Amino acid sequence: MSKSERPNQLFRNLNAKVASVPMVLTAVVIFVGGSAWTVLYSFTNSKLLPRLNFVGLDQYYRLWSTPRWLVSIENLLVYGVLSLVFSLVIGFILAALLDQKIRFEDTFRTIFLYPFALSFIVTGLVWQWLLNPEFGIQGVVRGLGWESFSFDPLYNSDIVIYGILIAALWQGTGLIMCLMLAGLRGIDEDIWKAARVDGIPTLKTYLFIIIPMMRPVFITALVIIAAGIVKVYDLVVAQTSGGPGIASEVPAKYVYDYMFFAQNLGQGFAASTMMLLSVVVVIVPWAYLEFGGKKRG
Amino acid sequence: MRYQIMSAALAVTTALPFAGPAAATDLEVTHWWTSGGEAAAVAEFAKAFDATGNHWVDGAIAGSGGTARPIMISRITGGDPMGATQFNHGRQAEELVQAGLMRDLTELATRDKWAEIVQPKSLLDGCTIDGKIYCVPVNIHSWQWLWLSNAAFEKAGVPVPKNWNEYVAAAPALEKAGIIPLAVGGQPWQSSGAFDVLLTAVGGTDAFLKVYRDKDAEFAAGPELAKVFKAADDARKMAKNTNVQDWNQATNLVISGKAGGQIMGDWAQGEFQVAGQTAGKDYTCLPGLGLNEVIATGGDAFYFPLLQDAEKSKAQEALAETLLDPKTQVAFNLKKGSLPVRGDIDLKAANDCMKKGLDILAKGSVMPWTDQLLSQDTQKQKEDLFSEFFAKPDMTVEEAQKRFADIVASAD
Repeated sequence: MSKSERPNQLFRNLNAKVASVPMVLTAVVIFVGGSAWTVLYSFTNSKLLPRLNFVGLDQYYRLWSTPRWLVSIENLLVYGVLSLVFSLVIGFILAALLDQKIRFEDTFRTIFLYPFALSFIVTGLVWQWLLNPEFGIQGVVRGLGWESFSFDPLYNSDIVIYGILIAALWQGTGLIMCLMLAGLRGIDEDIWKAARVDGIPTLKTYLFIIIPMMRPVFITALVIIAAGIVKVYDLVVAQTSGGPGIASEVPAKYVYDYMFFAQNLGQGFAASTMMLLSVVVVIVPWAYLEFGGKKRG
Repeated sequence: MRYQIMSAALAVTTALPFAGPAAATDLEVTHWWTSGGEAAAVAEFAKAFDATGNHWVDGAIAGSGGTARPIMISRITGGDPMGATQFNHGRQAEELVQAGLMRDLTELATRDKWAEIVQPKSLLDGCTIDGKIYCVPVNIHSWQWLWLSNAAFEKAGVPVPKNWNEYVAAAPALEKAGIIPLAVGGQPWQSSGAFDVLLTAVGGTDAFLKVYRDKDAEFAAGPELAKVFKAADDARKMAKNTNVQDWNQATNLVISGKAGGQIMGDWAQGEFQVAGQTAGKDYTCLPGLGLNEVIATGGDAFYFPLLQDAEKSKAQEALAETLLDPKTQVAFNLKKGSLPVRGDIDLKAANDCMKKGLDILAKGSVMPWTDQLLSQDTQKQKEDLFSEFFAKPDMTVEEAQKRFADIVASAD
């Protein structure tokens, strides 16, 4: 009796479960398994080929005493914070402006989204030319007569990371704008009408009513931007190859360079484990609050 | 963090069996010779190999050794080895050999008496691991050259210097004339290589060996190396306005007279040749920066992955013989601008700079280079240090030397 009333949970939706086996296997073997393998081998002194010769935390000591890694972390922080803030702010402002029922909205949307269709490599090369002191913006402005005008972020160690940030924003804000626009369109017209009836100014309506209502959209945007920040690599390679000197190095590039150019897998794995750890430190508390809370509530 | 996963996945897909019977034995050869002169040189190999009744399948990988080597290595470790592949002889393929992935050529080498024909002998040492020979050296490329633009010095009104010290003294005059005294491209290996050249020239061959072969960290932190770092500091100041990345762009600054000179290996010669310039008239070359005339026996070599297919293994032997053939050696090296690995052939067509190199070689002033002495790991750390040093004027000489000594202490 009880069996027919409450079928075994395991066999409910059996077809769907069988169908998802390949994906589950992929996720477990490749993502979890690969990550675990990486972490394990980061405690070895593997060089060109992976070898299980444990050396404890040596790779990590070396990693954290390497100036290039420290520069990479610093760059990632600067780039990350600024890219997060500016992407969200610019993306939202653009979306809010487009949402004013303007003419040619489609055209503008296409223009703003278009850079997103380009790969980071192409973006990087385009901005490498634009920021080149002889051919790019500086050259043009000087050509117009301002001889002392100077704008060459890619050749100045102190500000090179901002040169990369500009390119990243140019490429990425279009997508954020579209997400925000979709979010704005999802807000019921009646809310705007009610706010207007109550005499709330537009700016305040945005800040205190619309933005809080768009929380899911902001979270989606946040995750997309954050993932882009941690893995930033190709943009740097195309624009500066980490230069001048090591001023624009990023962690992902350190991992790649040490695994393949330096033929030191252990060191590369240690660095990638640190990257994984930083993602986990950010994601886990957030996921706990976001998903764990709902179940309890 | 997923790169290793991706490369593993790639390795799996490329490991799928690749079957394709052909009349003549096809042998895929991978290399990173893609610039104009290089491609012409490698075509000579292909022609000579095809003449043996086999077929050379060209596997050129663009983007210099740094890009090509990881691809080659992942193909070999992933179970899809090519017939033969270029590496710089020395330690780049060391672990592949130790893992038993490379073919032992000792038998062939004894039969064909490589030990007698390959000159200088140290070239074969670079191919030898635990007494067995694993590669065929095909040319000698040395780093220790200073290329000077005669036009630039004329414009600055100073005579073309005869050595590094005169060059440093001439730097202010060059700068005054609006010329970059020394061109150093932004790629890390360029500044690192320039330092090694300064180390041999200013410090001497013994100092070089003490640091890189004996890994004497105390010596690396000592007063003799301080002199070298002082020279590197001069070089850094002279190079501070070079806003280019690639080595050949930097060479181009010298060719066009925008820069006074460049410390670069003899491969730069090809660029001068392509630009139609004549050694001695348009440009001057100073081996060993005019201070210490030696030639490092670095260069290119071919390694042969261990294959199961008997036909292909035979073709590998034919290729190894072809590479060392006197005729191929002449044809290849003339186009490549490098020195041949045999002492018994005549390079009549060689230009002035190549002749200087051949003379030094004949005198036996040779030394090993970093590719033979240091692991890739140590070299990369060195590159990181010197690219930072050259790009950051506020990094002190003392700090750089201290960090250099640390790298030497942990070097392998």
